[in-house]
Parts: sequence; C-alpha cells; structure tokens
Amino acid sequence: MSKVYIISVFAENKPGRLERVTKVLTEANINILAFSITSTNGFGVIKFMVNKCKEAYDLLKEKGFTVSLNEAIGIEMKDQPGGLYEVVKILSSKGINIESASVYVAETRKRAYLIVEVDDTSKAMEALSGEPLKFLNPEEIQ
Amino acid sequence: MTGAERGDILQNSMTYGLFTGAFVMHYGAEKVGILVIPAGPGNTERQINLMRDFGTTMLHITPSYALYVASVMQDKGINPRKDLKLKRAYLGAEPYSEETRRKIEDMLGIDIYNCYGLTEMNGPGVGFECKYKQGLHIWEDNFLMEVVNPETGEPVPEGEIGELVLTTLNREAMPLIRYRTRDLTRIIAEPCKCGRTHRRITRILGRSDDMFIVKGVNIFPQQIEQVLMSIKGVAQNYQIVLDSYDDMTVKVEIDKEIFDGKIDRLIKMKEEIIEKIRSATLVKPKVELLEPGTLPVSEGKAKRVIDNRTI
Repeated sequence: MSKVYIISVFAENKPGRLERVTKVLTEANINILAFSITSTNGFGVIKFMVNKCKEAYDLLKEKGFTVSLNEAIGIEMKDQPGGLYEVVKILSSKGINIESASVYVAETRKRAYLIVEVDDTSKAMEALSGEPLKFLNPEEIQ
Repeated sequence: MTGAERGDILQNSMTYGLFTGAFVMHYGAEKVGILVIPAGPGNTERQINLMRDFGTTMLHITPSYALYVASVMQDKGINPRKDLKLKRAYLGAEPYSEETRRKIEDMLGIDIYNCYGLTEMNGPGVGFECKYKQGLHIWEDNFLMEVVNPETGEPVPEGEIGELVLTTLNREAMPLIRYRTRDLTRIIAEPCKCGRTHRRITRILGRSDDMFIVKGVNIFPQQIEQVLMSIKGVAQNYQIVLDSYDDMTVKVEIDKEIFDGKIDRLIKMKEEIIEKIRSATLVKPKVELLEPGTLPVSEGKAKRVIDNRTI
C-alpha cells in the first residue's frame, strides 16, 4: 500500500483565484484527477490530486503560490450505491478521522477512489492494512 | 556608539533627493571614513547583489523595506549569515515595534539600532541608540527637548508619554524654537549603562496625528503591528483599513512557510489575531488573511492605515 499526494493551495475567496491555479496546471499539461475546495469567511484551501504531483507542487511554488504537499490515502470504492458507506464504515471502525476528502473516479460507474487526508497517514495505513480494501497506487495515476 | 568604524561599508537604502535621511547619514559616514554605497530604495535584487559584491557591513533602511528585503533573501535562498557580511543596520523614518526589530535582527543575523531625526532638525541623528538598544540618546548639547501634552501644549511630567518638542541650540541662520514634532515618546531620565549623560527617549510610539479612533478608542498602528509580529505564521506586510467609525479591518499576509494545507490551522491563527488585537486595543477587528505578496510593497515609508471614512 502506498501513499498518494494532495496539493493544497491557499487562496483568498475572490473571483479568478481558481482560474490562476488551473491555468498554471493547464499550461504544464498536468491533469487534475480529483479536487475539492474548502472555504470559510474570506479564504479557502483548494486541494488537487494530479497525475504529476511533485512537478505540479514545484511549479506552483515557483509561480509564487502558497502551496503545500500533503500525504493522503486513496481507497477504492465501487461506483454504485453503498460504495462510500462500505469504505467509511471501515475507517470509522478503526477510529480514523477524515480531515479532508475528495473523489477520483477512475472508471465511470465502475470504480472510484476516496482520497482522504487523515491526522497520521502512516498510522492509519497500518491500521487499515488487514482490511478488505484496495488502495490506489501512485503509479496508476501517472 | 554602535561600533561603526573606518573600513565599514554602508549601503544607504534611504531615498536620496528631497529627503534629508539619506544625505545626513551619507556625509556622517564619510566623515568617519566609511565607504558609502548610495543605493537608494527599491530594486531589491540589485540591493542584495550590492550587499554581496561590495561586502556591505551596514545598512541604513526603513523598517518596512528591511523586512521586505529580508523576505526576498529567504525566497531566493540567500542566507545573510553565510552569504553576506552584514553586521548592523540603522532603521528610521517610520515608527516600528520592538518585535519587528527582533524579527529583522533574526532574519538578517545583525544588530539593529534605532535612529531618530526630522528634516526640520537637519535630518537623522537627533537621537541615536547606543549598543544597549534601550532608548535613543538625544544630543542635548544640540537640541533642547521637551515633552508636551499634544492637546494642551503643556509639558507633561518627566517620564510620561507626550509629543516631543525640540529647540535647536547651535543652528545659525534658521534656528527653530519649540518645534512640535508630532512624534510621541517619553523621556528616560535614568542614566544609561553606556555612561553617556544625554537623556534618552523611547522609540517613537507613533505620531500624534497617525492615531486613529474606532468605537471611540484611540489606536496607534504600532499596537496592531506589535500583536501581528508576535504571532507565528504572519508575514511581514499588513494593512489597517477603516471604512466606518465602528469597524477596523486588519489585512494580514500569511507566511508561506507555515502553510500545511490545513484550514483549521488558518482559522485558529485568524482567531488568535482577532483575540490578541482585541485585548491590546479593546476593539475587536475584522481580520482578512491574504496570500503573500497581495499587499503593496513598501519601498519607502509604508502606508499602513487606509482611512476611507469620509466625515
């Protein structure tokens, strides 16, 4: 089981911010696989999982964005009713709290991944190692 | 009095031109036998190159610009302790807090000394800190100093805060008598450890005219600055915006280095800023967290307060 990486970008909640970030990724031919926005009074954090994580992180940093690279776990779900439930049931039984989550749909109506950031990635992975779960391998998304 | 001597190299990053700040320091340094690089403000990359190429040992610079130069060095991966020969800097022309001094000292690995002066009194050098950095000695053989209540004009008891009033003692042709500086400070009458008998004043606490009033409370920008500089995760630049008499908005840039992708931490930081400003000023501010580089960069005197109130 390997970790995947999420890129987080700090942004003020103003028109054009998401555009600026995605423009950089577009020009570098980087594909966004999953993304989420959390916003609270005036500012927010945009999170991406992309095919070339390290490259995207370095690029955004170089362009002056406030950015961080965070570890995450990708867990396979069936893209059908109950798919998310089956996965989070196991997470909660292990006492793993999700700090942020997004979804990567690998094959529509078949296979998707729940991408979660948790408090302690290594510990969570250890706790989940014996469970009947399939994890996203970073090589699959490159 | 700060250890500067013949052989030092001073990079003068104050504005030359119709501002006495740069010239007085320039000629003073030359008199001591110090090489002066008349860099002027701005063009930060060139400033850093000059420091490296000439082996600059001392800077004369405004606090807000010093912070900016230091942050550019960080971004460019320059370690001033290793890559440069800086020993000390003279800061003046703007009021700034003790926290800011320590922050710049730490970022650049140098000693910083406060310098006070005003064009009407021939520029900088009216008061200067000695190596103990505990207030500025006023050259009392040159200037007669008083501290008065800015509203009544009456002298305040020694040691109390008020407006500094100066009279030139040796200037010919255009002596000034009881010139009101609008600068707020208090006199430190106790003898200084350095042995000089000229009395000291505290760092300038503000201007009697840059104080602003919100919800009936008198607030100085330095109070806000002091709070901001004490909070981890806050970058150097900030701005106070006043849109009504009941609200103040403090815009703060976050420090790139502390961003770890977690929104909770930012929310906590914002709450901490609000709470600390409230306890320092009694007014609960609105706080906006901004991306680094959003606020205008100061290359001279920083404009910290934007007052949009019309009445």
